[in-house]
Amino acid sequence: MPKIKLAENTINQIKEICAQFDNQEGELINVLHQVQNKLGYLPAEVQEVIAKELKMSLAKVYGVVTFYSFFTMLPQGEHPISICMGTACYVRGAEQVLTEFKRQLNIEVGQTSPDGKFSLSSLRCVGACGLAPVVTVGEKVYGRVSPQQVSKIIAEYQQGCPSEAKSA
Amino acid sequence: MTDYKMHLLVCGGTGCKASQSEQIKNNFKNQLQEVGLENDVQVIHTGCFGFCEQGPIVKVQPDNTFYVSVTPDDTREIINEHIVKGRQVDHLLYTDPNTKVQITESKNMDFYKKQVRIALRNCGFINPENIEEYIGNDGYSALGKCLEELTPESAIKMIMDSGLRGRGGGGFPTGLKWDITRKVENEQKYVVCNADEGDPGAFMDRSILEGDPHTVIEAMAICGYCIGANKGLVYIRAEYPLAIQRLKTALTQAREYGLLGENILGSDFSFEIEIRYGAGAFVCGEETALIHSMEGKRGEPTFKPPFPSQEGYLGKPTNVNNVETFANIPPIITKGADWFSSIGTEKSKGTKVFALAGKINNVGLIEVPMGITLREVIYDIGGGIKNGKEFKSVQTGGPSGGCLTNDFLDTPIDYDNLLAAGSMMGSGGMIVMDEDDCMVSIAKFYLEFTLDESCGKCTPCRIGNKRLYEILEKITDGKGTPEDLTKLRMLSHVIKDSSLCGLGQTSPNPILSTLDNFMHEYEAHVNDGKCPAGQCKALLQYVITDEKCTGCTLCFRNCPVGAISGEKRNPHYIDQSLCIKCGACYDKCKFDAIKIA
Ligand SMILES: Cc1cc2nc3c(=O)[nH]c(=O)nc-3n(C[C@H](O)[C@H](O)[C@H](O)COP(=O)(O)O)c2cc1C
Ligand code: SF4
Ligand code: SF4
Ligand code: SF4
Ligand code: FES
Ligand code: FES
Repeated sequence: MPKIKLAENTINQIKEICAQFDNQEGELINVLHQVQNKLGYLPAEVQEVIAKELKMSLAKVYGVVTFYSFFTMLPQGEHPISICMGTACYVRGAEQVLTEFKRQLNIEVGQTSPDGKFSLSSLRCVGACGLAPVVTVGEKVYGRVSPQQVSKIIAEYQQGCPSEAKSA
Repeated sequence: MTDYKMHLLVCGGTGCKASQSEQIKNNFKNQLQEVGLENDVQVIHTGCFGFCEQGPIVKVQPDNTFYVSVTPDDTREIINEHIVKGRQVDHLLYTDPNTKVQITESKNMDFYKKQVRIALRNCGFINPENIEEYIGNDGYSALGKCLEELTPESAIKMIMDSGLRGRGGGGFPTGLKWDITRKVENEQKYVVCNADEGDPGAFMDRSILEGDPHTVIEAMAICGYCIGANKGLVYIRAEYPLAIQRLKTALTQAREYGLLGENILGSDFSFEIEIRYGAGAFVCGEETALIHSMEGKRGEPTFKPPFPSQEGYLGKPTNVNNVETFANIPPIITKGADWFSSIGTEKSKGTKVFALAGKINNVGLIEVPMGITLREVIYDIGGGIKNGKEFKSVQTGGPSGGCLTNDFLDTPIDYDNLLAAGSMMGSGGMIVMDEDDCMVSIAKFYLEFTLDESCGKCTPCRIGNKRLYEILEKITDGKGTPEDLTKLRMLSHVIKDSSLCGLGQTSPNPILSTLDNFMHEYEAHVNDGKCPAGQCKALLQYVITDEKCTGCTLCFRNCPVGAISGEKRNPHYIDQSLCIKCGACYDKCKFDAIKIA
């Protein structure tokens, strides 16, 4: 992965978050949540700063970041697409929907499209099993999605600003 | 409730929120203002009503009219007709699919009739963001009773006598756990609420926190009083923003009302609750892993003993209970152990909440008395199988559970019966499957989940499950042999026997139960190269029958990969090398001309 140089400002932001938690090693997960919230992802360079601030080894920080699926070391697309692969969605055809998204965006789960517009991930149960299969794009939830609807959903975001289309 | 004459309860559960219930709520508020009724009618966002399939739900009080599948366009009609003129809006009422009769009140619907709501008693009835409504419904009276009338010992005795067992999956007697933790001597102890809920396809605990957060807060305080802890922690996934937000609001309100903090209700008992965020790891639901995660580390399980009640969070005695377990505590304290233990079976008392989902008509959140049969749940409450298909199996216990068949439909549901049947209660996921579901694929689905979620600490789980998965993949790819079936079973037992934590010890259950109950499906895959459910793509082909095809071009227009060719009004043809077997053409053809071979 190419090295990125963090802006002075970003480094200060990270330090500030660590300080909020008294630079306590035991608060690592809370720190990571907040930093990811701010920056969108947790690249190695960011982890280095956190490790230094909390006075722990980089390996330990990395170990925690990679353990939890919620933390990501790669930048998300402008419109992160998640396909629910919980059991309820799976038995109602989520796999076919996922396959269709992969095919149309030409990326795999965990990847971002070259133009940075879309990233693809799977998650487990949104809590809206009545609407299975469920797809989320950013905050928006789409229910009862069929493979045939995939192109429509993508098109909604292709123009740049998403239209006020309805969910479900 | 103050001067309002009427209340509009709009479901604010995750399912209904995904279908614009927020917009419905806002429409009501604005439109009530337009007609000058904002001081007469209160609009309340509640937690999940349970009947998610029919969402978004709107309930009108005091007459309890239950409107289903409401859209933002319906709000004006509800106000003009129901609120202003007192006339029901018939087309928004629920119609019983069998009798075709419209039903006004939820208590008369089959979906609700057989339910008994203890843990979910307030979900869909009160505004979860208003502590006064919780208090108005008997809330915090159990805590008051404990502090004023009961010693910790006598409160624990009530929990013991009630027969309540842990709802997080293990089924350990709750009173006994409290008693053990109480007896461990230490200055500092902790109460932990396990709200990790990682079972894919389950949303019970989240819904309780979304619909009735105060019950969990009250129960944790009671637990603190009983075991001698002044600090509580809720471990919840960052992925559940609505539950977190509701919990935060409730914590603030409880502090304002002096129900958390120093000297609660004038007693010398003090208690505080903090939230800890999980980050999406199923194994963190296991209590030792959860504790490590709260300490900021990788969530890897450790060997028990020591149990958390001896050495838990930061090495201090820690009592871990599940959300639903806690939700049962306040009613037990107020209504008594006898009342609770009168519900259920001999060894499983009370009720259980299930997230009923899959190929069933009424997907939703239900709470049923222990001892109810699967048949009652699936056919009476669940309304039977979707699209008139044939029932095949019901899965309980999530990735640790098993798939049960027709033969078990009349088994009363309780901890012991489900275990004896080769599945388990688990935390409450209940997935119904029909004739189109391939049981080998289902087993593979769960194994894939386990593979993803195994922490990798011990070899049998890390590598053994991978091998199991590979064998299943070989079978669904049509390359399996009869020996593979023997290997599956043998390896499964090795993994169960030698894994460190509950995840590995139960991960082969979906395989073992499907081998036991659906052997013929495995055999069809390996011996005949067929997938009876027609789901394993490698084993099927879509073909057009020339005689039946009218050349209507519908399939051609719906194929996402352009695999179909043909002239208008002439038989069409599928190029197998291009076909991705999505089944779209099969679904669309009106002339039954496409066959799965
Ligand atoms: C792999 C694994 C995952 C678990 N996930 C959960 C969970 O999501 N929620 C939960 O309450 N208990 C879960 N448990 C059970 C907990 O370890 C623990 O038994 C439970 O929280 C105790 O509470 P209870 O006695 O009230 O059920 C899990 C156990 C294992 C082995
Ligand atoms: S059984 Fe699996 S999840 Fe449990 S400790 Fe071993 S590797 Fe980790
Ligand atoms: S939809 Fe059916 S009838 Fe129409 S062209 Fe396709 S196969 Fe033939
Ligand atoms: S199954 Fe799907 S990909 Fe194959 S021919 Fe039919 S529509 Fe096209
Ligand atoms: S399994 Fe997809 S929303 Fe529950
Ligand atoms: S989310 Fe509204 S009824 Fe379940």
